[in-house]
Amino acid sequence: MTLVAAIRDGSVNFPLFLHVLGAMLLIGTLAAVGFATIAGWRSPERAGGLSRFGLKALLVGVLPAYLLMRIGAQWTESQENFPDDFDPAWLGIGYITADIGALFVLISIILSAIGLRRSRDDSTRGVALARIVGVISVVLLAAYLIAVWAMTTKPT
Amino acid sequence: MDLYDWLLFLHVLSAFLAVGAMTALWGLILGTRSEGLLDPPTAMSYGRFFGIVVGVGMMGAIIFGIWLAIHVDGYELWDGWILASLVLWAIAGWAGGQAGRAFEADPVAGRAKGIRFHAITSIGLLLILILMIWKPGA
Repeated sequence: MTLVAAIRDGSVNFPLFLHVLGAMLLIGTLAAVGFATIAGWRSPERAGGLSRFGLKALLVGVLPAYLLMRIGAQWTESQENFPDDFDPAWLGIGYITADIGALFVLISIILSAIGLRRSRDDSTRGVALARIVGVISVVLLAAYLIAVWAMTTKPT
Repeated sequence: MDLYDWLLFLHVLSAFLAVGAMTALWGLILGTRSEGLLDPPTAMSYGRFFGIVVGVGMMGAIIFGIWLAIHVDGYELWDGWILASLVLWAIAGWAGGQAGRAFEADPVAGRAKGIRFHAITSIGLLLILILMIWKPGA
């Protein structure tokens, strides 16, 4: 049996809730983009519509979810009042995946905007960009699953 | 990693799968609202895939959650916040099943009903998340 010191200051709960909710929404929107990309790859005749769906999902869903997750993370850390020399591996993994992820999210947003503009008249014109965005989404999904592992098991 | 770490990771991962897939299904509902981005067979296979993921996530969350409650000193299955979570889980699971049946039976005529049940599932999972973080009475 394990005795868990589940003592957490009440002020941490709300920012932690925003952080976890944002991370869950982020995983969901990235999975939607990834599914659309893979389905489009497997059925080229449907790739046009799937690409527009994936690009829209990324533009509408991923950025708000990312911001919620990231702001929630920073707010949670500030409420935790960790000592200055507190630098565990799990926190580092969280920061690395979130901040490098931000760069890829930004690139994906730019590619999605361009792809959606190109596909306005002909839905097949955004397929190549949608595939790049889809691959980025799947890579981010894998990285964030590692982050979930680090956040829950807190390796030293 | 000891048993507690594994159980907690698998419990949280399952919750992420359930809520993540739920979010992806909202994407499908919004994406098929007017523009017709997805043709019916694609929308159906998308819906089935993420519907199954919601089910797998919910099953994993409850199995590993109950295991955790038994394994961890200080938590009991009859704690108020855990009991409330179990009731909400049952309601969310029932509503999710109803939503899936409504969309499967007739994606057009059953859409409003499916969305209502999907909303009940989503609210149920959101309330469970709130209980898991605040743990009132723990």
